Amino acid sequence: MRIHILGRIARARASLGPAGTVAAVFLLLVLLMAVLAPLVAPQDPNLQSLLDAYSGPSGAHLLGTDGLGRDIASRLVYGSRTSLLGPTLVVAVALGVGVPLALLAAWYGGWVNAVVARVFDLVYALPGLLLAVLAVALFGPGLMPAVVALSIAYIPFLARIVLAAARQQRVSPYVDALAVQGFGVVRITVRHILRNIGPVVLGQAAIAFGYALLDLASLSYLGLAVQAPTADWGVMVSDSNALLQGYWLPVLAPGVLIVCCVLSLTVLGARISGERPQPYLRTRRRARTTARTQPAAVDQNGAAA
Amino acid sequence: MTRMVISRLGGLATTLLLASVAIFGSLYLAPGSPEDVLFGTRQPSPAARAAVEHQLHLDQPLPVRYWDWLTGVLHGNLGTSMVTQQSVASRVGSGLGTTATLVLIAVLFVVVFGIALGAVAALRPGAVDAAAGAVTSVTVTIPPFVASTVLITVFAVRLGWFPSSGIGTGFGGRIHGLILPACALAIMNCGFLARVTRNALLDQLGREHVQTAVARGLPRAIVLRDHVLRNALPPISTAAALLTSGMFASTLIVETAFGVPGIGQLTITSVAQKDFPVVQAVSLLLVAAFVVCNALSDLLQALIDPRLRSTSGRMA
Amino acid sequence: MSADTRALLEIENLTVRLADPAADDAPKPLLEGISLSLAPGEALGLVGESGSGKSMTIRAATRLLPPRASVEGAIRFEGTDVTRMSGPALRAYRDTGVGMVFQDPRAHINPTRRIGAFLTEALVRNRGVGRREATARAAAVLGEVGIDDPARRLRQYPHELSGGMLQRVMIASVLLAEPRLILADEPTTALDVTIQSEVVGILDRLRRDRGIGMVFITHDLDLALAVCGRVAVMYAGRIVELRDAKDLHERAAHPYTLGLLGSRPSIDVRSARLTAIPGRPRGAFESGPGCAFADRCAHAQDVCRTTPPEPVRFRDGDVRCHLLDQIHSVPTAAREGGAA
Repeated sequence: MRIHILGRIARARASLGPAGTVAAVFLLLVLLMAVLAPLVAPQDPNLQSLLDAYSGPSGAHLLGTDGLGRDIASRLVYGSRTSLLGPTLVVAVALGVGVPLALLAAWYGGWVNAVVARVFDLVYALPGLLLAVLAVALFGPGLMPAVVALSIAYIPFLARIVLAAARQQRVSPYVDALAVQGFGVVRITVRHILRNIGPVVLGQAAIAFGYALLDLASLSYLGLAVQAPTADWGVMVSDSNALLQGYWLPVLAPGVLIVCCVLSLTVLGARISGERPQPYLRTRRRARTTARTQPAAVDQNGAAA
Repeated sequence: MTRMVISRLGGLATTLLLASVAIFGSLYLAPGSPEDVLFGTRQPSPAARAAVEHQLHLDQPLPVRYWDWLTGVLHGNLGTSMVTQQSVASRVGSGLGTTATLVLIAVLFVVVFGIALGAVAALRPGAVDAAAGAVTSVTVTIPPFVASTVLITVFAVRLGWFPSSGIGTGFGGRIHGLILPACALAIMNCGFLARVTRNALLDQLGREHVQTAVARGLPRAIVLRDHVLRNALPPISTAAALLTSGMFASTLIVETAFGVPGIGQLTITSVAQKDFPVVQAVSLLLVAAFVVCNALSDLLQALIDPRLRSTSGRMA
Repeated sequence: MSADTRALLEIENLTVRLADPAADDAPKPLLEGISLSLAPGEALGLVGESGSGKSMTIRAATRLLPPRASVEGAIRFEGTDVTRMSGPALRAYRDTGVGMVFQDPRAHINPTRRIGAFLTEALVRNRGVGRREATARAAAVLGEVGIDDPARRLRQYPHELSGGMLQRVMIASVLLAEPRLILADEPTTALDVTIQSEVVGILDRLRRDRGIGMVFITHDLDLALAVCGRVAVMYAGRIVELRDAKDLHERAAHPYTLGLLGSRPSIDVRSARLTAIPGRPRGAFESGPGCAFADRCAHAQDVCRTTPPEPVRFRDGDVRCHLLDQIHSVPTAAREGGAA
């Protein structure tokens, strides 16, 4: 059993490559940090101690304190919770709405495809950030309006890629073969098409997660999403007082963390969606079922992502 | 070509009209009616409330109000700010020039550095390409607000070369004050454009027609300029136009970070104040900038690639 | 095969290898020991299946090989070694010495520029000819290759012209440079059959009229025999047989050439069945230590699989085969062996 797990890890490493592996490990650590925040954080993220304001890194405060004497390391740890929660919701909603729509459009083609694609294009033409700002104007500041607006904006970001990949699968001979054998629409779409384009969807979702994280942090930075006392990376970067007084650590530490997360997500997303060494992907696919041997389509999807 | 331009303009007008309906409608269907914003915490008498509603035409049905507003916009009357009582046009107008200048400088940075970085990567395979690839991978993940904080720390607070907030007076002073915000806008987009440029150039470098040009003994510089770069321009210009439209949206962040009095900052303050007429005008303006940039990218493509001109249907 | 001072193009013992960046093993051979020479005004055919190294040979002659390729041997144009040419000399050689006609004109002509720009570019950029003068010359040459209304064509874009028309434009662009040598790489393969003969006719006529040397690449043996004075048959990166075109039907000696002659449809002999050469074409990098054709050759013996054959003089041609004397001991039997 242990050997089995080690083997799987080794295979995953081989398929992700060195950069992808580093990115995956980093993201795993951040995720652990978010889940285990109370255990990991040195102290209460909102504990103020004005006497300790702007103290540099020390044994008591690993990364120093901010203007209210709050421990930066602890705020970073707890901040990972809100900072990751938002993008998770955005990607979940965008996937939940976008993927079924895209698969539907890809399967039926014709005017269904035309209408869905046109709507995607229209929404795609609107900047997500502006949509979120309008949502805040309507419903007041907070994480939820921002998440809802960004979810809408991210639907086409994911669905356009899925639609293109699924259309490619739809017209490939194996789908016709399955249809002739009497398999139903849902079964073919979910068990074959969706599974075949899985890497593309997953990769694009990882990239979308990264950019949703950026957008939400931007909105929190503007004071429109997560609100001030709460520990959040975007909120922490907005501490311009610290910046103007020359204390850069409280501001740049969360900024660097954001950049590292997004960098890891984009690297990982690119690797997952097809830039990995191809033979691994193909042989596994061939081994499972001969009906699904469509390596060319998989290649092109990867390139399109 | 003419037909394509006309159809493209038609599509542009339609999109703007749809966006205006959406923006106008959503703002007035929002919870918390506009007049509540005016009265604040005071409790108005029913008569006073009715008077205000009449003054703001709030007693009329939505389509009528939309029509009034739209005809007003087409005549250059964007309404009156509910907070400052100034005309919206004057508030927006004063910021528009600043924002346009800011985006223009940023576009200049993006085009110059993005294309240069991408070209170097494409023409020097191996170590240089790998290094440029690493640089672009990192820059595409540096959002404007993080870039702003870094730039303020280094160049405004530490070195004092640029103001950390607000822009100066006079032409030179304004440009000077807009340099750092423009850099913050440009960094991420430079990476994107470099990536697109590299891939487009590599694609063309492998094309047969480039081989023909080399086989005819043309100088390397001519081959690169007239055949490789020229043919790689459609994807590059599309990307540049799309990035430009994205930068209009990002002015919301950068102008707030640097205290630049443009329409980005105006949007954020009016959203905070629920100053609906201003929000309407400004967001419509940003959408317009966005849509115009997208349309421009299509036209640019058609100008460069003759094959797209004869098939106007595809571009519409 | 000694250095011939009168030769226009002379290739001596040319070997090209390509390094595979993915694999660590030694660079793969693409061409091995190619030797040929071409007199001014002569037409030489290079015939072989895809992957046999025909295109690679003329790409080596114009230094258009991929950067990972390494070249051994000598390629001399009018006595100057092409492999050692510096930048300006190489450009001058490509400009005025040699002109290339490519297989797929639609891919090989820049789609975003007008035909006029394509035709005049080399004159304007390389020789400083004025634009007006260059355009006039281009129009004249278009007439020569059989294109009507040249003034209109010059203003058109490549996508507005048919494939055959574009190939004429390509030939016109080569003629404008007035080279001493034309390298034509399957110039008719991408064209409709009816256009093919016209294009070949144009090339042939211009070559004779102007006394230009030509290397004509094709997989069509009959076409090569019709156009060229001598024909080199290539297999797996080697020239296996090189002889006069008029002799080839009667005196072909290499089993592969005989196979090629046997596998083409004939309108003269209706009863004869077409014979395919068994197996599939090989690249030079796939061949073992011996003769590359050994696996597919009906006559192959042990020596064929262990020792590569050197070219020998046989029936006034150069042939790479160990077994010539055995196969051709009785002339009639040999011909049956080729056709059976």
